[in-house]
Amino acid sequence: MKIIINNGRLIDPANGVDGIYTLCIADGKIQQIADSAVDFSADKVIDASGKLVLPGFIDLNASLREPGYEQKASIKSETRAAVAAGYTTLCCLPNTKPVLDTPAVVQLILDKAELAGYAKVLPLGALTEALAGQTLSEMYALKKAGCVALSQAPNSNISNQVLRRALQYASSHDILAVLKPEDLQIKDDGVVHDGAISSRLGLPGIPVSAETVAIAQIIELAEETGARVHLTGVSSARAVRMIARAKFTNARISADVHAHQLHLSELDVGTFDANYHTSPPLRTAEDRDALVAGVAKGVFSVSSGHRPHDVEAKQAPFVATESGISSLETVLPLMLELVDDGVLTLVQMVERLSAGPAKILALDLGQLAVQATADICIVDPNASWLVNSDSWLSRGHNSPFFGCQMKGAVSHTLVNGHLVFEK
Amino acid sequence: MSSSEQIASTSFKAPDSSRLQLNEQGKLRHFLTTDGLSAAVLTEIMDVAESFSSVSDQAVKKVPLLRGKTIVNLFFENSTRTRTTFDLAAKRLSADVINLNIATSAAAKGESILDTIRNLEAMQADMFVIRHADSGAAHFIARHVAPHVSVINAGDGRHAHPTQAMLDMFTIRQVKGDVRGLKVAIIGDVLHSRVARSQIHALNTLGAEEVRVIAPKTLLPSNTNALGAHVYGDLASGLADIDVIIMLRLQRERMRGALLPSEHEYFECFGLTEKKLAYAKPDVMVMHPGPINRGIEMDAAVADGPHSVILQQVTNGIAVRMAVMALCMGHNAAGKQG
Repeated sequence: MKIIINNGRLIDPANGVDGIYTLCIADGKIQQIADSAVDFSADKVIDASGKLVLPGFIDLNASLREPGYEQKASIKSETRAAVAAGYTTLCCLPNTKPVLDTPAVVQLILDKAELAGYAKVLPLGALTEALAGQTLSEMYALKKAGCVALSQAPNSNISNQVLRRALQYASSHDILAVLKPEDLQIKDDGVVHDGAISSRLGLPGIPVSAETVAIAQIIELAEETGARVHLTGVSSARAVRMIARAKFTNARISADVHAHQLHLSELDVGTFDANYHTSPPLRTAEDRDALVAGVAKGVFSVSSGHRPHDVEAKQAPFVATESGISSLETVLPLMLELVDDGVLTLVQMVERLSAGPAKILALDLGQLAVQATADICIVDPNASWLVNSDSWLSRGHNSPFFGCQMKGAVSHTLVNGHLVFEK
Repeated sequence: MSSSEQIASTSFKAPDSSRLQLNEQGKLRHFLTTDGLSAAVLTEIMDVAESFSSVSDQAVKKVPLLRGKTIVNLFFENSTRTRTTFDLAAKRLSADVINLNIATSAAAKGESILDTIRNLEAMQADMFVIRHADSGAAHFIARHVAPHVSVINAGDGRHAHPTQAMLDMFTIRQVKGDVRGLKVAIIGDVLHSRVARSQIHALNTLGAEEVRVIAPKTLLPSNTNALGAHVYGDLASGLADIDVIIMLRLQRERMRGALLPSEHEYFECFGLTEKKLAYAKPDVMVMHPGPINRGIEMDAAVADGPHSVILQQVTNGIAVRMAVMALCMGHNAAGKQG
C-alpha cells in the first residue's frame, strides 16, 4: 500500500528534523520527505494537520505472557494494544512458560507476532537456562534465532560468579545483556519502598540499596568483561547518579526507566492498593523527580515495564498480589504530560521512546529518514480520553490510571509501511 | 479527576481507610485500624467498654445485644488468647459464634480468601473477626464483604491490631484517668509489631504528650517518625520522665534472622528490670500484650510487680472487644434488620 502523510509535524530526533513535511511511503519504506509529494500516486492519504508524525516507539521491557500465561494476555492482544499506543516494536521478556531459552520458543513468538500482524516483537532470550541463574543459555543459537538481546529480567536470581561468566560469554558474541538491578537478598520479602508507607502499613520494605548494590556490582562486571549491558527499570535517585557516572566512562552501559515511575510515588500505594504494587517499587517523590531529571539529561530511555495481569493476580492481601502495571497504553499521555509540565522537550520525549531504544539495541529503527523502515505513529497531542474498560485494549486491566482523563492519543500507526491502526 | 491531580497527590490516602471503616453518619462500621479514626470514635469505644466491664462481674455474664447474630472468628494464623477473648466477648453479647482455623483447613486446599468469605456469607454470617499473617488482609476482606457484614481486624501481619491497642488505651485510662498529657515509651520489636503501630496511632490521636520507641535499629521501621514516634536507642535516656511503658513481645525467630545477636545481649540492653524501671517516673505503669518471655523482655519481678497491669489488660480485652462488636453491628444499618 502506498501512503501519503500530509501536513503533520515530523519530529525525528535521530536526524535532527522537526518541521511540517509530507511523507510518501511505499514498499515498507519512506520514499520521500518533502514539502509536497512529487510524482507519487497514493492508495491512501492521511491528513495529519495539527498532529505529530513520529518514529514508532520501541519498548525495551514488556511482558506479553505468551506462551504459558494466556489467562493474563496474548501476543495478539498486547501487540494490538501496543500499536494503538504508538509502539511499533516490543522487546518481550523471557519469563514465559516454557522459558524463552531455546530457538523453538523464539520461533513460536516470532510466528505468533507475525500472524497477529500488529507490532514487531523482538524476543529477549534467557541469559541462563530456565532463568535459573546456574547454566549459561545457548546464547549464540538464541541470537541466530532472532533474539535482540538476552536477559534475566524480570528477575535477577543470578550470582555474581555466573553473571560475570555470562557477561564474558555474551560479549564474545557481541550480545547485549538486559539486567534488572536488584539484590534479592537485600530485597528479601519486600513489596514496597522501604520508607513512609512500609513503616505505616507494616508492609515489608525494599531498601534503595537493593537496587544500588546490584548496580555497583553490574557496573564493575561490565567494566571488567567489556560486555554491553542495559539496566532496565531503575527506580531511585542514588541509582541515577551512579548510572550517569558509569555512562560517562563506559559507553557500553545504558539504562531505562518505566514511564509510570516518572509519575507515581510510594504514597500512591495509599491503603493497600494493589494496583500500585510494582517491581521495582514506587519510591519517594524525590526519587521520582531525580528519574525525570535523568530522562531529560539522557541518562535513561523510557520503557513501559508492561505487566498485564488477570483479575485474580491482584485479588488478595497486598503482599500476596503479583506486581506490575498494564502500562503500554498510558506511556504516551504520561510522557506528554512531562512535556506539558516543561520538564522535557517534545524532541527529548520522542528520542527516549524511539531513537534511544533503537541505539541501545543497535537496530536500524527509530528514525524517519528517506529509505528508513516505515514504522511511524501519528499522535494527536490534544486528544482527550478517559481510561476505562471501553477505551482499553490490553487484556490486563491492572492500571492505577483507570478513571483518569488522559491527554494525547495515537490516530494512526504504520508498521513496515502497513497501516495497522487507525482511529 | 485528571491524571495530573492523581499524580500530584502527595498525602496519605488516610480518608480511604476512614471511609472504609465508617458509615455515612461517621460511625464505626468495620474496625480495621486505629490509623485515621478520630478521638471521638476511639473514646466512644472506651466508654462503651466501660459500661460492659460490669457485665463480667455479674452472676449471669450475658447481655442480649447481639442475640440471633452470627459471628465468625476467622483465624488464618494461629492464636489462642486473642481468639478466646473474641469468643468470650461474642458469647457475652449472646451472639452465635463459629471458630474457624483456616490455617489448617480451606487455605491448605488452595481456596482463595475471597472464596472462603463468599461461602461464609452464604451461611448468613453477620460479622467476621479476622486474623491473617499478611498486612492488609482485613482491609482486603472489608472491601469485598456484603454491605450488611462487619469486619473486625484481630491482627493483620505487621500492620494493625486495633482491639489490642484499644484495650491498652482503656487500661491506661483506668489507671491514669486520661491518656492526654502522658509520656509513653514502647520498647522492643516495633518493626514486626502490629500492636505497636496501632498503639502509636491511638496514643497520638488521644492526645498523649509524647510517644517514644526504644529498640535497636534492626527492630525499627525505616521511617518511625512518619508513624508519630520518637526513636531512642537506650533505656536510660528513653525512659526518662515516662508515665507508661509498653513492652512488645520478641519473637525468638528474630535471633535467627540476624536481627539480634542473642537473647542475652537483648535483655542486657532492652530488658526491663526493677533497676531500669527507676529511670521512669515513680508511678510508671508497665504493660505487655502477652505472652511474656520472662528473662528476655522483662524480669519476673517487674512482670509481677506493683507497676504491672498485665492481667488487668487481659480482663479489659473482653470488655473492649464486646464494645467494638456492639458498636460495629449497631452502626450497620443493614445489620439491624435481622
